[in-house]
Amino acid sequence: MATPDPDPALHPPGDEDAEHLVDLTAAPEAAAPLVPAEIIAQSLGDYFRARLVRIRSGDSGFLPVLVGMVAIVIVFQIISPNHSFLTAGNIVNLFQQSAVYITLGMAEIFVLLLGEIDLSLGYLGPVGAVIAIQLVEPASGNWPWEPAVVVALLCCAFIGFIQGSLVSRLGIPSFIVTLAGLLILNGAMLLLLAIGPFSGYPSLNGKSGNLHALYQFMWGHVSPVTGWIAMAVVVGLLGLFTILRDARRRRAGLVAPPLSVNLIKMGVIAAAGVVVVIICNLNRANIGVLSGVPYAIFIVLGVLAVWTFLLSRMRYGRYLYAIGGNAEAARRAGVNVARIRTMAFVLAAVTAGVAGLLYASYLGGMSNNVNGGQLVLYAVAAAVIGGTSLLGGRGKVSAGILGGLVIGGINNGLYLMGLQVQWQFIVTGGVLMAAVLIDALSRRRAVASGVR
Amino acid sequence: MSDATPAGEPLLKLRGISKSFGAVQALADVDLDVPAGQVTALCGDNGAGKSVLIKCIAGTHEPDRGQIFWEGRPVRIRNAHDAARLGIETVYQDLALADNLDIVQNMFLGRERLRRRMLNEDDMERAAAETLAGLRVTTVRSIRQPVGSLSGGQRQSVAVAKAVMWNSKLVMLDEPTAALGVSQTAMVLELVRRLRDRGLAVIVISHNLNDVFAVADRIAVLYLGRMAVHDDASKFDRQSVVEYMTTGGKGLTGVGAGRADVAGS
Repeated sequence: MATPDPDPALHPPGDEDAEHLVDLTAAPEAAAPLVPAEIIAQSLGDYFRARLVRIRSGDSGFLPVLVGMVAIVIVFQIISPNHSFLTAGNIVNLFQQSAVYITLGMAEIFVLLLGEIDLSLGYLGPVGAVIAIQLVEPASGNWPWEPAVVVALLCCAFIGFIQGSLVSRLGIPSFIVTLAGLLILNGAMLLLLAIGPFSGYPSLNGKSGNLHALYQFMWGHVSPVTGWIAMAVVVGLLGLFTILRDARRRRAGLVAPPLSVNLIKMGVIAAAGVVVVIICNLNRANIGVLSGVPYAIFIVLGVLAVWTFLLSRMRYGRYLYAIGGNAEAARRAGVNVARIRTMAFVLAAVTAGVAGLLYASYLGGMSNNVNGGQLVLYAVAAAVIGGTSLLGGRGKVSAGILGGLVIGGINNGLYLMGLQVQWQFIVTGGVLMAAVLIDALSRRRAVASGVR
Repeated sequence: MSDATPAGEPLLKLRGISKSFGAVQALADVDLDVPAGQVTALCGDNGAGKSVLIKCIAGTHEPDRGQIFWEGRPVRIRNAHDAARLGIETVYQDLALADNLDIVQNMFLGRERLRRRMLNEDDMERAAAETLAGLRVTTVRSIRQPVGSLSGGQRQSVAVAKAVMWNSKLVMLDEPTAALGVSQTAMVLELVRRLRDRGLAVIVISHNLNDVFAVADRIAVLYLGRMAVHDDASKFDRQSVVEYMTTGGKGLTGVGAGRADVAGS
């Protein structure tokens, strides 16, 4: 792709200027791999060619994690006893387990985008959950569940605000601040568990309507028909917005991806939605009937939608990426860097609170067995496996979905096989290593071919 | 562009600017006139105070003493916002671009256009394309590609385009051609001339005397925080500029020496 170098002696190989020396009016093809496929492709063929060029030159996007997911599914389906991995009951269970990792991963992404890390999220979420449970518990707070959830999330936000302020105002490394936070919140969780006027640990089972409401976060589900309607509405709105936006761009004389590309994308999303709803609507009970899409899926998709909107359509998201890419540039552009950074910790904390509520609901209560240290490391792993960079500026909220499903899938599959927890750790660690390795190798190729 | 400036007044006038950092006096009693429609080259050895001076104009530092006149009126520039309001934009040496954002996002960073509280991407993309076309920056394949994928010259062009987008009247470039190849340097210098031809005032910091003589209408040389000399480029040759940069012009009797507004002596 490089134009001939007029004086190789002046520009040794690897000199980034060299290939652009005669570049003032260089042929457009020369820059083709540099550009996202969507913005140059004018037909379906163009699109796939551009994608292929990018993948070949090392920018593989979601591809490795998708391949990894398919591999996990195939392997576990083959080796799990009675091939039980791909049964409706297990897949829904997998979604529910993964919902916790996914949400916690999405929380971590806010902080990772800054190039920071938040280790406290693993106990911040459970602390939020315990607050909500204690408020709702008839023997202690006896609140309705809605205000209890709001107060719990506000508490999380406040803790996130304190940690974020320490990091962004006082310049203390986030690793240290949130490591301290992890320990303090671990203790706080135990204290909160112990103050209840009841014996044992708070359980969400049965006792009161409000406790039951918290339990339903994970274990409740909509009716099969509602599942279909919700899926159709979501996919329909997504498609409508995409088509309207592209039409507006074309009217304004700007480049928009070809309709066929959008149709294929929408088709894939619709197909995924159909498959998920079909699986969830199969009867997954051993006795009686249990079918329908769990609330947890809607909660996860809701968090995904709101945060994706915030990060890609609002000024706040733009600034978050800018700070992750070049904090000094953002500061010079007049961005209030400290405030944006603090807010990232707050948003991460609130999202972790949602994850904590889901976790409590999954466990049917909270106990001192909750291992927040492991949870947060799984959250970081989920974000990284989904393609988030620890160096900041690169990643999407949706990365948490793919990464969380991978982590959940591994745990689920190994559990089915009756393997002990030590093997879960080793396999999960291996997959994390593989994900980072693939990323690093593709990045080296990308550097070599000039994509980054 | 400078119609608000009274006749005979330069767009920007500095008088007696001083700035210390602790015990270190970075600038001492510096005077400078920057007229519109001309390129002023700011030269000096490392540590002469060039960067501090433009940071005083850009609002990054506030001078300890001295007065800044903008369009003939005394002004205080306390921060980057004040500078932007006056129409002063700075392109720093390290470019202040975020590699992970695309060209449009970088050009509008901090000044995003909104529609119903959402980013108005279409509007920003169109405006960015117009600005780049106006500066005849045509080598980029798409303005939606990440800045990290651009060549050095293209990055510099984006940084300059970002600076002129805001109806700015004064653009300051800190070492715009450092680390660029030959043709990329030519491209950037051509861009500087285009800014001047649009009636903007331009301050260029440069170590490279080839570049200085290629574009500068006026030359100002700082030496150890003092303004050693400050005059039309035609009054200088390479030799005299080097002399001013290395010795502050002591004992210089050649071209330019007689007419220098030597300050602080």
